Amino acid sequence: MTQESKGPVAAEIEKRLTETLAPVHLRVINDSAQHRGHAGDDGSGESHFTVEIVARQFENLSRVDRQRAVNSALGDMMKERVHAMQIRAKAPSEIAK
Amino acid sequence: MSDAHSRIDQAVNGSDVVLFMKGSPLFPQCGFSSRAVAILEHCGVEFASVDVLQDQEVRQGVKDYSDWPTVPQLYVKGEFVGGSDIMMEMYEAGELQELLQKKGVKAAAS
Repeated sequence: MTQESKGPVAAEIEKRLTETLAPVHLRVINDSAQHRGHAGDDGSGESHFTVEIVARQFENLSRVDRQRAVNSALGDMMKERVHAMQIRAKAPSEIAK
Repeated sequence: MSDAHSRIDQAVNGSDVVLFMKGSPLFPQCGFSSRAVAILEHCGVEFASVDVLQDQEVRQGVKDYSDWPTVPQLYVKGEFVGGSDIMMEMYEAGELQELLQKKGVKAAAS
Protein backbone atom coordinates (compact mmCIF):
# COMPACT_ATOMS: atom_id res chain seq x y z
CA MET A 1 0.00 0.00 0.00
CA THR A 2 1.30 3.41 -0.86
CA GLN A 3 0.45 6.75 0.63
CA GLU A 4 -1.53 7.65 -2.46
CA SER A 5 -4.06 4.88 -1.95
CA LYS A 6 -5.11 5.81 1.53
CA GLY A 7 -6.53 3.03 3.63
CA PRO A 8 -9.47 3.34 6.02
CA VAL A 9 -7.26 3.53 9.10
CA ALA A 10 -5.14 6.37 7.68
CA ALA A 11 -8.31 8.18 6.64
CA GLU A 12 -9.77 7.82 10.12
CA ILE A 13 -6.55 9.09 11.74
CA GLU A 14 -6.66 12.11 9.45
CA LYS A 15 -10.31 12.76 10.19
CA ARG A 16 -9.96 12.56 13.96
CA LEU A 17 -6.87 14.77 14.07
CA THR A 18 -8.41 17.33 11.73
CA GLU A 19 -11.62 17.53 13.74
CA THR A 20 -9.95 17.73 17.13
CA LEU A 21 -6.77 19.71 16.56
CA ALA A 22 -7.53 21.79 13.46
CA PRO A 23 -3.97 21.38 12.17
CA VAL A 24 -2.42 23.85 9.74
CA HIS A 25 -0.37 20.97 8.37
CA LEU A 26 -1.12 17.27 8.61
CA ARG A 27 0.48 14.34 6.92
CA VAL A 28 -0.32 10.75 7.79
CA ILE A 29 2.32 8.41 6.43
CA ASN A 30 1.73 4.69 6.30
CA ASP A 31 5.00 2.95 7.19
CA SER A 32 3.48 -0.51 7.40
CA ALA A 33 5.25 -1.88 4.34
CA GLN A 34 8.59 -1.36 6.09
CA HIS A 35 7.37 -3.56 8.92
CA ARG A 36 5.90 -6.45 6.97
CA GLY A 37 6.29 -9.64 8.98
CA HIS A 38 7.49 -7.76 12.06
CA ALA A 39 5.76 -7.88 15.41
CA GLY A 40 2.51 -5.99 15.17
CA ASP A 41 2.01 -6.54 11.43
CA ASP A 42 -1.57 -7.76 11.41
CA GLY A 43 -1.68 -8.20 7.65
CA SER A 44 -3.97 -5.21 7.15
CA GLY A 45 -1.17 -3.11 5.70
CA GLU A 46 -2.19 -0.41 8.14
CA SER A 47 -0.37 -1.08 11.38
CA HIS A 48 2.51 1.41 11.48
CA PHE A 49 2.17 5.14 10.89
CA THR A 50 4.05 8.39 11.13
CA VAL A 51 2.06 11.54 11.76
CA GLU A 52 3.43 14.99 11.01
CA ILE A 53 1.21 17.60 12.52
CA VAL A 54 1.46 21.34 12.98
CA ALA A 55 -1.23 22.95 15.10
CA ARG A 56 -1.65 26.36 16.67
CA GLN A 57 -2.68 24.91 20.01
CA PHE A 58 0.73 23.24 20.33
CA GLU A 59 2.30 26.67 20.69
CA ASN A 60 2.55 26.62 24.47
CA LEU A 61 2.51 22.89 25.03
CA SER A 62 5.46 20.71 26.01
CA ARG A 63 6.48 17.83 23.79
CA VAL A 64 4.81 15.41 26.16
CA ASP A 65 1.54 17.35 26.17
CA ARG A 66 1.51 17.63 22.36
CA GLN A 67 1.77 13.88 22.02
CA ARG A 68 -0.87 13.42 24.68
CA ALA A 69 -3.18 15.70 22.67
CA VAL A 70 -2.59 13.62 19.53
CA ASN A 71 -3.09 10.34 21.37
CA SER A 72 -6.21 11.57 23.03
CA ALA A 73 -7.64 12.75 19.69
CA LEU A 74 -7.04 9.28 18.27
CA GLY A 75 -8.66 7.65 21.29
CA ASP A 76 -9.33 3.92 21.03
CA MET A 77 -7.64 3.66 17.62
CA MET A 78 -4.25 3.57 19.28
CA LYS A 79 -5.23 0.55 21.30
CA GLU A 80 -7.27 -1.32 18.75
CA ARG A 81 -6.08 -0.56 15.26
CA VAL A 82 -2.60 0.89 15.30
CA HIS A 83 0.45 -1.01 16.44
CA ALA A 84 2.97 1.80 16.27
CA MET A 85 2.88 5.51 15.60
CA GLN A 86 5.63 8.03 15.33
CA ILE A 87 4.45 11.53 16.09
CA ARG A 88 6.15 14.72 14.98
CA ALA A 89 4.18 17.53 16.53
CA LYS A 90 5.19 21.13 15.99
CA ALA A 91 3.79 24.57 16.53
CA PRO A 92 3.54 26.99 13.56
CA SER A 93 6.25 29.27 15.02
CA GLU A 94 8.75 26.39 14.94
CA ILE A 95 8.13 25.75 11.26
CA ALA A 96 8.58 29.32 10.10
CA LYS A 97 12.22 29.28 11.17
CA MET B 1 -1.31 1.28 45.43
CA SER B 2 -1.30 -1.84 43.27
CA ASP B 3 1.65 -4.20 43.14
CA ALA B 4 2.51 -3.22 39.59
CA HIS B 5 2.34 0.45 40.47
CA SER B 6 4.72 0.03 43.39
CA ARG B 7 7.08 -2.08 41.27
CA ILE B 8 7.11 0.70 38.67
CA ASP B 9 7.62 3.29 41.39
CA GLN B 10 10.58 1.37 42.74
CA ALA B 11 12.15 1.05 39.30
CA VAL B 12 11.57 4.73 38.46
CA ASN B 13 13.10 5.91 41.71
CA GLY B 14 15.76 3.23 41.91
CA SER B 15 18.10 4.72 39.29
CA ASP B 16 18.84 8.13 37.85
CA VAL B 17 17.92 7.08 34.33
CA VAL B 18 15.34 4.36 33.75
CA LEU B 19 14.07 3.08 30.42
CA PHE B 20 10.96 0.93 30.22
CA MET B 21 11.35 -1.02 27.02
CA LYS B 22 10.52 -4.17 25.13
CA GLY B 23 13.44 -6.55 25.45
CA SER B 24 16.85 -5.71 26.88
CA PRO B 25 19.43 -3.11 25.78
CA LEU B 26 21.42 -5.94 24.22
CA PHE B 27 18.41 -7.55 22.57
CA PRO B 28 15.67 -4.96 22.07
CA GLN B 29 12.44 -6.51 20.79
CA CYS B 30 11.07 -3.44 19.08
CA GLY B 31 12.46 -0.76 16.81
CA PHE B 32 11.40 2.09 19.05
CA SER B 33 13.01 0.52 22.11
CA SER B 34 16.14 -0.12 20.11
CA ARG B 35 16.26 3.52 19.09
CA ALA B 36 15.77 4.67 22.68
CA VAL B 37 18.69 2.50 23.82
CA ALA B 38 20.89 3.83 21.02
CA ILE B 39 20.12 7.42 22.03
CA LEU B 40 21.01 6.81 25.69
CA GLU B 41 24.20 5.05 24.65
CA HIS B 42 25.10 8.03 22.46
CA CYS B 43 24.51 10.29 25.44
CA GLY B 44 27.00 8.14 27.33
CA VAL B 45 24.97 7.76 30.50
CA GLU B 46 24.41 4.82 32.79
CA PHE B 47 20.82 3.64 32.71
CA ALA B 48 18.63 0.93 34.13
CA SER B 49 16.11 -0.83 31.93
CA VAL B 50 12.89 -2.66 32.64
CA ASP B 51 11.71 -5.23 30.12
CA VAL B 52 7.93 -4.87 30.07
CA LEU B 53 7.61 -8.11 28.10
CA GLN B 54 8.69 -9.96 31.25
CA ASP B 55 5.85 -8.56 33.33
CA GLN B 56 2.33 -8.15 31.92
CA GLU B 57 1.21 -6.06 34.90
CA VAL B 58 4.06 -3.63 34.48
CA ARG B 59 3.50 -3.56 30.72
CA GLN B 60 -0.04 -2.33 31.28
CA GLY B 61 0.69 -0.42 34.48
CA VAL B 62 3.42 1.76 33.02
CA LYS B 63 0.91 3.14 30.51
CA ASP B 64 -1.34 4.35 33.31
CA TYR B 65 1.57 5.42 35.48
CA SER B 66 2.43 8.42 33.30
CA ASP B 67 -0.74 8.54 31.24
CA TRP B 68 1.35 7.54 28.22
CA PRO B 69 0.06 4.82 25.90
CA THR B 70 3.29 3.41 24.56
CA VAL B 71 6.64 1.88 25.43
CA PRO B 72 9.54 2.85 25.51
CA GLN B 73 9.30 5.42 28.28
CA LEU B 74 12.21 7.35 29.71
CA TYR B 75 12.46 8.59 33.29
CA VAL B 76 15.23 10.82 34.60
CA LYS B 77 15.51 11.29 38.38
CA GLY B 78 11.99 10.05 38.83
CA GLU B 79 10.48 12.35 36.21
CA PHE B 80 8.81 11.18 33.02
CA VAL B 81 10.63 12.61 29.98
CA GLY B 82 8.83 10.98 27.07
CA GLY B 83 8.82 8.19 24.52
CA SER B 84 11.24 7.51 21.68
CA ASP B 85 10.01 10.32 19.39
CA ILE B 86 10.52 12.88 22.14
CA MET B 87 13.89 11.36 23.03
CA MET B 88 14.97 11.67 19.40
CA GLU B 89 13.74 15.27 19.06
CA MET B 90 15.45 16.25 22.30
CA TYR B 91 18.63 14.43 21.37
CA GLU B 92 18.80 16.13 17.98
CA ALA B 93 18.27 19.52 19.59
CA GLY B 94 20.93 18.79 22.24
CA GLU B 95 18.27 19.11 24.93
CA LEU B 96 18.47 15.55 26.18
CA GLN B 97 22.20 15.79 26.81
CA GLU B 98 21.56 19.12 28.55
CA LEU B 99 18.84 17.63 30.75
CA LEU B 100 21.00 14.68 31.75
CA GLN B 101 23.86 16.98 32.58
CA LYS B 102 21.70 19.41 34.50
CA LYS B 103 20.27 16.57 36.56
CA GLY B 104 23.77 15.39 37.36
CA VAL B 105 23.41 11.97 35.77
CA LYS B 106 26.44 9.73 35.95
CA ALA B 107 28.36 8.90 32.80
CA ALA B 108 28.45 5.26 31.78
CA ALA B 109 31.53 3.30 32.72
CA SER B 110 33.46 2.84 29.52
